[in-house]
Amino acid sequence: MTTPPTQGHSTPALKLKDVAKAFGSVVALKRADLTLAHGSIHALIGENGAGKSTLVKIIAGVYQRDAGTLEYDGEPVDFASTADSKAAGIAVIYQEPTLFPDLSVAENVFMGRQPLRSLGRIDTRAMREQVAAIFSELGVDIDPDRPTRGLSIADQQLIEIAKAISLDAKVLIMDEPTAALSGVEVERLFTVARSLRDQGCAIMFISHRFDEVFALCDTVTVMRDGEYIATSPIADTTVEAMVRQMVGRDVEALFPKVESEIGDVVLRVDGLHQTGEFTDVSFDVRAGEIVALAGLVGAGRSEIARAIFGVDPYEGGTVSVGGNTVRRKDPADAMRKGIALVPEDRRHQGVVLESSVARNVTMAIRRTLARGGLLWGGIENTAAREWAARLEVKTAALDAESGTLSGGNQQKVVLAKWLATHPRVLIIDEPTRGIDVGTKAEVHRLLSTLASQGLAVLMISSELPEVLGMADRILVVHEGRITAHLPRETATAENIMFAATHAAEEAA
Amino acid sequence: MSARTWNASQTMLSRLGSFARIREVGILAAFVLVVAVTTAKNPNFLFSPDGFRDLLLTPSILMLVAVGQAVVIITRNVDLSVGSVLGLSAYLTGRIFVDFPSLPWPLVFVIGIAFGACLGLVNGALVAFAKVPSLVITLGTLYAYRGINVWWTGSDRINASDMPDGFLALGTDSVANIPVLTLIALLVLGCAAWYMHTQRGGRELYAIGSDPDAARLYGLRVTRRVLVAFVVSGALAGLAGVLYAARYGTVNSQVGSGFELEAVGAAVIGGVAIFGGSGSVFGAAIGAYLLMTINRALPVLGVDDFWQRAVVGALILGAIVLDRIAAARQVKRFARMREASHD
Repeated sequence: MTTPPTQGHSTPALKLKDVAKAFGSVVALKRADLTLAHGSIHALIGENGAGKSTLVKIIAGVYQRDAGTLEYDGEPVDFASTADSKAAGIAVIYQEPTLFPDLSVAENVFMGRQPLRSLGRIDTRAMREQVAAIFSELGVDIDPDRPTRGLSIADQQLIEIAKAISLDAKVLIMDEPTAALSGVEVERLFTVARSLRDQGCAIMFISHRFDEVFALCDTVTVMRDGEYIATSPIADTTVEAMVRQMVGRDVEALFPKVESEIGDVVLRVDGLHQTGEFTDVSFDVRAGEIVALAGLVGAGRSEIARAIFGVDPYEGGTVSVGGNTVRRKDPADAMRKGIALVPEDRRHQGVVLESSVARNVTMAIRRTLARGGLLWGGIENTAAREWAARLEVKTAALDAESGTLSGGNQQKVVLAKWLATHPRVLIIDEPTRGIDVGTKAEVHRLLSTLASQGLAVLMISSELPEVLGMADRILVVHEGRITAHLPRETATAENIMFAATHAAEEAA
Repeated sequence: MSARTWNASQTMLSRLGSFARIREVGILAAFVLVVAVTTAKNPNFLFSPDGFRDLLLTPSILMLVAVGQAVVIITRNVDLSVGSVLGLSAYLTGRIFVDFPSLPWPLVFVIGIAFGACLGLVNGALVAFAKVPSLVITLGTLYAYRGINVWWTGSDRINASDMPDGFLALGTDSVANIPVLTLIALLVLGCAAWYMHTQRGGRELYAIGSDPDAARLYGLRVTRRVLVAFVVSGALAGLAGVLYAARYGTVNSQVGSGFELEAVGAAVIGGVAIFGGSGSVFGAAIGAYLLMTINRALPVLGVDDFWQRAVVGALILGAIVLDRIAAARQVKRFARMREASHD
């Protein structure tokens, strides 16, 4: 027999209607709807860039919405800060753990709301005991007194969960909490989530893993390009239906892959090792080939790329281009040998936003352009015009500030900068992050064309459709190791995700 | 049984080891060493009444400023204006005694501190609301405050005869052989340490310095806390200025010049991380004692003036190198621990 729903449970815990948010000219959320019920675990799914994290931050009070309504327990609310939402009983576990590395684990859990003794003194013993109790409930073995610096992502995530539990939250939002967790840790998290649900907590769960969504959640909402698409009970939907709603278009049409002649090995990486970052990384990339490094955020892919380019050190192994060994920790040598790196963080590491388009494009070839040690504007502009035209950079003028361009055009400027050095190997980290759908296809076409002209491309991407659509071969990285090596023909979203979340089975 | 005693002594040893690794202990040991060596050369350094008094008294004013500086540095900021705040507060104190001789000196004492706090508030407000790094803001106020001081003071000078005896006694009297000035400094240190260690506000200052973005996501009131840290630093520099007037009896327009660097140096030597989040006001206080005592010890040991400055520089560089090595080791150790737990 079932108990009748109580008064509190008949109104939704959290209700968002027509919520919109834009950052300058970039629209992150167009129209988001979401209703979370008490005692329910609600999945929110969508591709990267669908607006899920923005939605989370609006609920948490990090961002303020531009339009729409937010109701909490039936009452319209505005959270001006994270302190407001926390006080109301909303706990958020963000995609990347936000901890204070210098402070102890216990202090991190209770920061801002520590238990107190007389004279406003923090009751450190009570704090430690409560954290220890939560950890033993979670079955975790972390010393509450150690600093959080140096903890693995999984342990940091567990501290975030302990934080949410100690808050006694009515609404718990988890933004990809399982991204860096192993199977056992995920199971443990699910047990905790279910018991919180049974206590009447409303839980929102964001994940890219369909098996988890089916195992844990009772309702699912799909978002695409900042818009609400559909909400349905989990029993009434299938993986195929969800993928269709998420992608909303044909995957093949999105990635115009140009078949190219695969040539000789250009980049060879052999036994690369750096303690705590990556271990035994070996692979090669041939001319005309696009090789993707797939995996979860934090798996060590960017670190490997930075080590190959010589920005970061490595303890063992070699990198060679066309048979010539590249010197360790020497980006200038890597550039001379023909490696180019288009970094992940475009705004900080890729373009100088304050400088002109022309200045940015010619930045890496200043020396070869200079005459008598001086850089003449005419020469600079001629070179820049040529490359801007080849990559179809859409800019009002070559002397316009790069910061005024759209994300996609900024990415083209960075590409132009590196292509002007005539590289043999192009390493590109998250080539289409933060770029709108239309321009994405242009960047993809560009990469494909470059490969067909004989460039060896190593692409790091967290977007599975991009990996599946663009790459000739896919290497999957998990916790700093390559756990799978998949040719284009056999790669599927499932086997990539499996390798990205599990250590390789050597025996298999 | 023997295994048990062995275990017990192992725990003892590891406890001793972690005790010795605490930064403050190392600095204290260095301080004791400097005093011991200098006293061996000249017993008067410690064992004469004057020597003992100077040992305690000389670093007290710097210690006050260093404690305030540590509070600011822990929030990942810096206050370069403390020397100028000290100078202005010292002159204001003297000026009040000259112009309003009827005011009771304890009131003037409080006014001096409040004035320093106001100057700190200006720093804090500029840092918090202009979103400009504190290094630049306080470099600006360093010159601005000093400029006001020079314009106001001119070639004037306040003398001991302008100040009441009760006030001057603050700088010269002792209780149970311990100078009053030192007692005040220790009291302030105790309060600051208590606040930083046991109060929510204190721990939040550490959190803000450890990761300002995370602090905002936690919903901590970052702006307000940082503002308060600057007010505290200003108030302590103001207090130091008042005590400077009491101790030295003469105040001109250059009082406290260069003090900011000694205060930052004391904090860094004492183990306060320049990027915030770690260290303690205790460390900064011991750092101040070490710094000032070395300054006094080197002439006794026959080291000439040039080398005295070089030694202070070496001390600061040594402290920073030590921190970097310790941090790198910790990172390596944690990385190894993680790898071990995977295998």
